[in-house]
Amino acid sequence: MISALAADDAASGARAFGVFDQVAKTFPAAARGAEPVVALESVSYELKQGELVSLLGPSGCGKTTLLRIAAGLTRASSGHVVIRGREVQGPQEDFGFVFQSPNLLPWRTVLNNVLFPMEIAGRNDERARARAMELLDLVGLGGFAKSRPHQLSGGMKQRVALCRALVPGPSLLLMDEPFGALDELTRMEMQDLLLHIRRVSGTTVVFVTHSIAEAVYLADEVLVFSRRPGRVIDRIRTDLAYPRKPELRYTAAFTELERRAGAGLGVVHAG
Amino acid sequence: MPDRLIRFGLPVLGVALLLLAWHLYVVVFDVPLVVLPRPGLVWDSLLKNWRLLVEEGWITLLESFYGFLLAFVLGVPLAVAISSSRVLNLMFYPLLIATQSLPKVALAPLILIWLGIGIESKLAIAWLVAFFPIVVDTATGLRNTPAEYLDLATSVRANGWQTFWKIRLPAALPFVISGSKVAITLAVIGAVIGEFIGSNQGLGNLMLVANSQVNVPLAYAALVGLAAIGIGLYAAVVLVEVALKPWFGEAGHT
Repeated sequence: MISALAADDAASGARAFGVFDQVAKTFPAAARGAEPVVALESVSYELKQGELVSLLGPSGCGKTTLLRIAAGLTRASSGHVVIRGREVQGPQEDFGFVFQSPNLLPWRTVLNNVLFPMEIAGRNDERARARAMELLDLVGLGGFAKSRPHQLSGGMKQRVALCRALVPGPSLLLMDEPFGALDELTRMEMQDLLLHIRRVSGTTVVFVTHSIAEAVYLADEVLVFSRRPGRVIDRIRTDLAYPRKPELRYTAAFTELERRAGAGLGVVHAG
Repeated sequence: MPDRLIRFGLPVLGVALLLLAWHLYVVVFDVPLVVLPRPGLVWDSLLKNWRLLVEEGWITLLESFYGFLLAFVLGVPLAVAISSSRVLNLMFYPLLIATQSLPKVALAPLILIWLGIGIESKLAIAWLVAFFPIVVDTATGLRNTPAEYLDLATSVRANGWQTFWKIRLPAALPFVISGSKVAITLAVIGAVIGEFIGSNQGLGNLMLVANSQVNVPLAYAALVGLAAIGIGLYAAVVLVEVALKPWFGEAGHT
């Protein structure tokens, strides 16, 4: 299978970074007599190196399930995910995961939260600390290294969580509605920060969201999911130039992409 | 300033009113001394016998504290064991919960027969009553690690050992503290009951002696001493909790 994919790469000429091959997930019945829940119905996708893909859909459409399967946090019922030539069977060392909530450990300082993955990997050395400080500076939290999470605002916490995911230098960043709980202004700031980080690090990003504007603003490609059972009902290549500026949101091209995504979700009529 | 005055002044006023009511009740109804001495007499007795009270109180304090310490040192590892092993959990957790409702104090006379009237029997009773809240609360904390913390551990490929030391144990700390708050209060009760049932020292014993000599003010003074020990030990645990507060922030379970 993997060798077949390699052949595909050669044929297409594109540098395939990862492949989602007919990934499906069915959760067993919650109670006796209940039906098993089909969360995800066969999704296939070819992830390119350095690409930012948004998974867009309503709550419970399986987009988070797909992300967790890619991250190795959940096992697929069938199909598989191959990243950089290796089938994902558990979390990989070069993956970074950003959760829906900041999920910081309250008993650790900001710096030690960022260093958590390095500590676990046994690589908590001077270089790791320097990199952690560099990342905190990058997200504007250099002065908060010794603070505790409860002293930070929601947006600041999520920045720390972003640093934590980035500190091992991941080749793939997986983000599960990370900005969903933030206010609109903070959210827009965080989106620009993410785009900036992606530009300087070149990391590939899979980003789950239920915000149409967010999906379009960030992504090279938006995968639009249907309601449960989740499947991809539209793929939208945004073809908007980077770096993206907030003004982009008010252009006709942007609105048109939003409208198309909205049509896929059934919130506006296709026309 | 008025806020502080209210927060500290009102409790003091409450106690003062209670003492006043006590005093008036005794004076107005001419209550016999053996039934209820005036607060002033208790105070006199406290002043007159402070040396004796401190000496005996020190013993009761040590019995309570060591009993609690023993419960902590044995209880936390047991909680770790039952919460990390499914077999041990199934074997012992129901038993532990069941023991919660057992009147453990009823075992005191038996313990006295086994261990004699020395400090050992007091320690054993204090340990026995303090042990269960620590085990049960710690185990509850260890079994209720937030799922998202465990997700984080999985995502960074932490092994079981790392997950325990770096996530599950620190996350359970607020539960350990709340168990300790209950346990330390119970330990004092355990020590006093041990002294009641058979002892020749401690504040519990002093109360019995004072009663038998109809020295009622001294019995009340001993009671004040016991209250001071109970409050003092509880406050010590609260101090630890406060020290850990920045550690947990608002997100903690405290």
